[in-house]
Amino acid sequence: MANTYTLIASNTVGILGSATITFSSIPSTYTDLVIKSSARTDRVSTYDFYKVKFNASATSYTEKSLNGNGTAAASESNNSTSYGFNYAIDASLSTSNTFSNAEIYMPNYASANYKSYSTDAVTENNATAAYAAITAGLWSNTGAITSITVESANAANFVQYSTFYLYGIKNS
Amino acid sequence: MAAGSTYTPLATTTLSSDTASVTFSSISGSYTDFVLVALAGIATSAGEVYQMRINADSGSNYSQTELWGNGTTASSGRRTSQTYLFVGGSRVGSQMTVLDQFTLQFQNYSNTTTYKSILMRQGAAATGTMAAIGLWSSTSAITSIVITTTNYNIKSGSTFTLYGIAAA
Repeated sequence: MANTYTLIASNTVGILGSATITFSSIPSTYTDLVIKSSARTDRVSTYDFYKVKFNASATSYTEKSLNGNGTAAASESNNSTSYGFNYAIDASLSTSNTFSNAEIYMPNYASANYKSYSTDAVTENNATAAYAAITAGLWSNTGAITSITVESANAANFVQYSTFYLYGIKNS
Repeated sequence: MAAGSTYTPLATTTLSSDTASVTFSSISGSYTDFVLVALAGIATSAGEVYQMRINADSGSNYSQTELWGNGTTASSGRRTSQTYLFVGGSRVGSQMTVLDQFTLQFQNYSNTTTYKSILMRQGAAATGTMAAIGLWSSTSAITSIVITTTNYNIKSGSTFTLYGIAAA
């Protein structure tokens, strides 16, 4: 595997489910970070929401999204919220065996600047509504990102077979 | 995106001063696709846009279709017979200290049979996010790209990295 797209850590959820996915002690030796996930929660609904925090910080996340639900397109703002990536994920009433794909891209995560990030996320559901969203996000913090937690915004659990992969990308 | 030896850094630039343009030239034709990842700002507090030209072509050979969201409204637009590709807009006012991310994906860039399409993503949490597909109406292999703005410099500290992706 090239050192430019290196798997740093992975997490596959077991039969008991998992409320929190944590990537900690992230080295600063890469240029960018990427999380790729295939996940679903046990919230009793057709959808849930992700909840991502950097360095366990509960402040200073700002986002703008562009999303579609199968009927209409819309755009939303999340300003100065306590977590990032507030977008849809399949839940227990979604079509069985469907898992949402998502990606979070974090360039220059170890810099002393505020951290921009972008996300892509989709749900699928064999019904009228399913969701797709892209996001521009900002964590207004100058600290290097050394840990990332991913949770359900509704305190649900990620179900078995959900997967989360953290990759590091180097520009040299 | 597949991991492995296919995601190879070809060139990277970090600006040490405000600069009018960033150029990647002599791009190797030995990859299948390439990707440009940028974290950049523009040295003005007014609204500005990033532009891209391919192979220094200044003809009216660029077109694109865009989806935009500004936090309130979703919209779509179309640009035809442009002299450059519109890569995205910059932050304004107090958000000037923050750099914007954009990613450009060039598929099958070295073939000499088809026009070249480019997938573009750009976003700034203060202003919005964009997804677009661009077309350069040329059958030439892409060997260079240049990123500029309309009137201002690209800010010091901006970073641009080009990665090559090989199918085999």
